[in-house]
Amino acid sequence: MTAPPKARDAWLSRLVQAAFLAGLALVWYLAATRWGVNRLLLPNPVAVAQDLFEILRSGEYIDDLETTLGELAAAFSIAVAGGLATGYLVSRSPYLTKVFEPLFAGLYAIPIILFLPLFVLFFGLGPASKIAIGAAISFFPITLNTIAGFGGVDRLYVTAARSMGASDYHLFRFVLVPAALPVILTGLRMGFTTALLAIIASETLASFAGLGHRIVSLAESMEIAPMFAYIVFVIAIAAILNAFVSTLEARGRRNR
Amino acid sequence: MKRAPSPLRAYLARRPGLARLFVIAALFVVWEVSARWFVDPLFLSPPSKVIASLGALFGTPGVPAALRITLFELAVAFVIAVAIGLVLGLAIGLQPFVRLSVFPIVLLLYGMPQITILPLFILYFGIGAASKIAFGVTHGMFPVVMTVVAGVQNLKPILMTSARSMGASRWQIFRHVIFPHMVPSFFAGMRLGMSGVLLGVLLAELYVSIAGIGYFTTLFTQNFEPAKLLGLIGTLAAMAIFLNALVRRAETHFGKWRAG
Repeated sequence: MTAPPKARDAWLSRLVQAAFLAGLALVWYLAATRWGVNRLLLPNPVAVAQDLFEILRSGEYIDDLETTLGELAAAFSIAVAGGLATGYLVSRSPYLTKVFEPLFAGLYAIPIILFLPLFVLFFGLGPASKIAIGAAISFFPITLNTIAGFGGVDRLYVTAARSMGASDYHLFRFVLVPAALPVILTGLRMGFTTALLAIIASETLASFAGLGHRIVSLAESMEIAPMFAYIVFVIAIAAILNAFVSTLEARGRRNR
Repeated sequence: MKRAPSPLRAYLARRPGLARLFVIAALFVVWEVSARWFVDPLFLSPPSKVIASLGALFGTPGVPAALRITLFELAVAFVIAVAIGLVLGLAIGLQPFVRLSVFPIVLLLYGMPQITILPLFILYFGIGAASKIAFGVTHGMFPVVMTVVAGVQNLKPILMTSARSMGASRWQIFRHVIFPHMVPSFFAGMRLGMSGVLLGVLLAELYVSIAGIGYFTTLFTQNFEPAKLLGLIGTLAAMAIFLNALVRRAETHFGKWRAG
């Protein structure tokens, strides 16, 4: 079943993918123009493209983008600081790992966005509640992967370094960190992605500003074509950010 | 000189599970103390008051119905997500060419932030159960597809070859080779699918603020009734924990044949 794909197959599969995307665009276009689907439900893709171009040209997205990215930067910084510190401290003792790791894993399995109304009650509708919930949600993958990363370091490395006279600092800098880094970097990337999703979600659910809020306010005023344009814009931003952190992750793995 | 550990510490050292319960209990004590004496009661209620007001919460007209409907949406969305995920996963995973061409499209769709299209779901399916079920399905089906495809892919080619060389029919190969090998990863997928369904349904429930859970969370927030708000959110969290535990138990039960 796992025979290496032939060059012709690889080429054909690209063709299928391109045909799928083209077919999707064609169905969208025909549904909006010929088949009489209500324009309030499905705008003409040409109008959406024009709106997207207009949004990019006028720069009206800049305020919302700044809000969202600012919240993301603050939330992710808090989660990284808290998650790395907590994860490292817990990972130092197998006993603490046994006590806390299932607790964090159990909490992480609950959709934490459920607690958004509480965050809004405490921190208001502004950026503070988004930062708080983004940090709270992205704390878990970072902490769990930090525990797994440091916890998975082979005891042999530590013993060998110690017997060669490594100090605490040297042990940390040249043994523990390089050995744990790949798993931790994965945790950081997951934390970044979840923070981004949490922030857009909380802007969508309750806020005054940001990209998520923009999509909702356009939906509420039934400006469907600009709303589609913003959806495309946000998906593109998310894809760019995720590609960026994936690249950083790969580079960090190579340079450790 | 090292002091001998106290009996309690020695006891706890052998039972990390018990120590974990102590940590949870300590968190509740901190919450109780801070809410009772240090935080404005308009914003935070102590757990004792939250539990005491559960009766009033479930007595609020509409709340039990909203919780029941949410549970119904979760169940329906989960069943649909698993069914679609299984069929799609098998269709994609069993044919190498289909996997090569279609799987990247699935990955692309799975990577999109679905929350951006939540308003569209409300627009298309209304504010009732349908939109919430649909949003739960789109969140839950992708993890199932991924794990089913991975499970089929991990099948050792030698098993297929030997089954075929012994004259097994297509159905026999599916029933006796593919299916048993898929079971563990399928249940792992169900667990991830449940996380997705919970996220999707609850996001949609919170988004619609004129009916269901979202209406009551908005109402309790605006009226500064933190005890009721915490009770409602706590009930939903308990629901999520229960459903997660259910699929996790199924996963360990059905996943262990390979180890034996």
